[in-house]
Amino acid sequence: MADEDDIILSELDDEELVLQMMDDLYDGLKEEIEEAVEILLERGWTPYDILTKALVAGMTIVGADFRDGILFVPEVLLAANAMKGGMAILKPLLVETGAPRMGKMVIGTVKGDIHDIGKNLVSMMMEGAGFEVVDLGINNPVENYIDTAEKEGADIIGMSALLTTTMPYMKVVIDALKEKGLRDKYLVLVGGAPLNEEFGKAIGADAYCRDAAVAVETAKHMIARRHNQMG
Amino acid sequence: MISNETLSAEGMRPSGRGRVLLIACGALAREILALKAANGWEHLDLTCLPANLHLWPEKITAAVEDAVRKHRDRYDDVFVVYADCGTGGQLFEKCKELGVEMVEGPHCYSFFEGNETFSAKAEDEFTAFYLTDFLVRQFDAFVWKPMGLDRYPELRNSYFAHYDRLIYQAQTDDPALDEKAREAAERLGLRYERRFTGYGDLETTLARI
Repeated sequence: MADEDDIILSELDDEELVLQMMDDLYDGLKEEIEEAVEILLERGWTPYDILTKALVAGMTIVGADFRDGILFVPEVLLAANAMKGGMAILKPLLVETGAPRMGKMVIGTVKGDIHDIGKNLVSMMMEGAGFEVVDLGINNPVENYIDTAEKEGADIIGMSALLTTTMPYMKVVIDALKEKGLRDKYLVLVGGAPLNEEFGKAIGADAYCRDAAVAVETAKHMIARRHNQMG
Repeated sequence: MISNETLSAEGMRPSGRGRVLLIACGALAREILALKAANGWEHLDLTCLPANLHLWPEKITAAVEDAVRKHRDRYDDVFVVYADCGTGGQLFEKCKELGVEMVEGPHCYSFFEGNETFSAKAEDEFTAFYLTDFLVRQFDAFVWKPMGLDRYPELRNSYFAHYDRLIYQAQTDDPALDEKAREAAERLGLRYERRFTGYGDLETTLARI
């Protein structure tokens, strides 16, 4: 039985419901997010609008508060799990309804590194922003990145590492791209806790992305620039 | 002996005795003091930065720099007892700029085991989660609570799904710590392994100063 203070999501108007979804996402309430997504779909919202106006907008607030030290990793993970719940409903529908596609990214943690929390967040936020993401998972040798990027016709290769001992492997991948004459074919984005701007430059990446939101913005900006140059 | 909680949150002040100051991570205080006592290294003084800086590795380099600048005039030399510790090479660069030496290696798990040995095992052990004596004692403060597992136990899989074992790198023979480490492994859902490392490269490094 519901408490008197419980909010009945279906009784909220669209604007209130979207605001409530942002709150629920912030609080990591997966079931509430899934319910709200279903309600908006029933009301005739397009999957793309639900994704961008509610989920991505809500997750952007989470990301900003994480960057500002207001939220911490556990809370971000819960929010991400909630968003994942909503995305699972929307993803097949997005394909059917032909939502805009920004480009394709191959992403994974580098060889010897099993820490995928950051990579998973980037992967989800990139999908939310309209990128098609091929997630290679953890512990990827050079060939996983390059072969998959070639096979999938990707635009972006994303590499993630949490360890000081594994981050140099990113250079191994970039050098292999150069050797194969493929370096200019892909945008290479790198990220992970011990990395920084200088490291990104030193290994020859196109950009270091300090968090998922920056990764999305960087990817959008670079893809747009690339299209302009080609056009 | 100063408490683990103080070493975690506040660190430790120097005694003012000795001509070389060690600026160390609070997580190494007990080990350094034990080595100092065992070897009679009276020339070494010790100050520690709060061990909980490891929860924000991006703050370590600036904190070490501040400590070097604050203390260096009162000693003949200063030595930094941190490894890279998640600073992505920034601590190394800063120490070079300041003209002080630091411990070699990526982190304490590596130098306790011996950097060469640790590196040689990397291919087989990258799915291992390591604890040292300090981290076993402070498991709740450094692992369980910061990861939010006290509040959200359902997150355990998000963090540990790809780990397959917990290796307790023992600096000392202490059955109570062994038991606590085993319990930590159980809480994280990981296979348990205890490995005695002693002080590894920490001892040989400090012996050269």
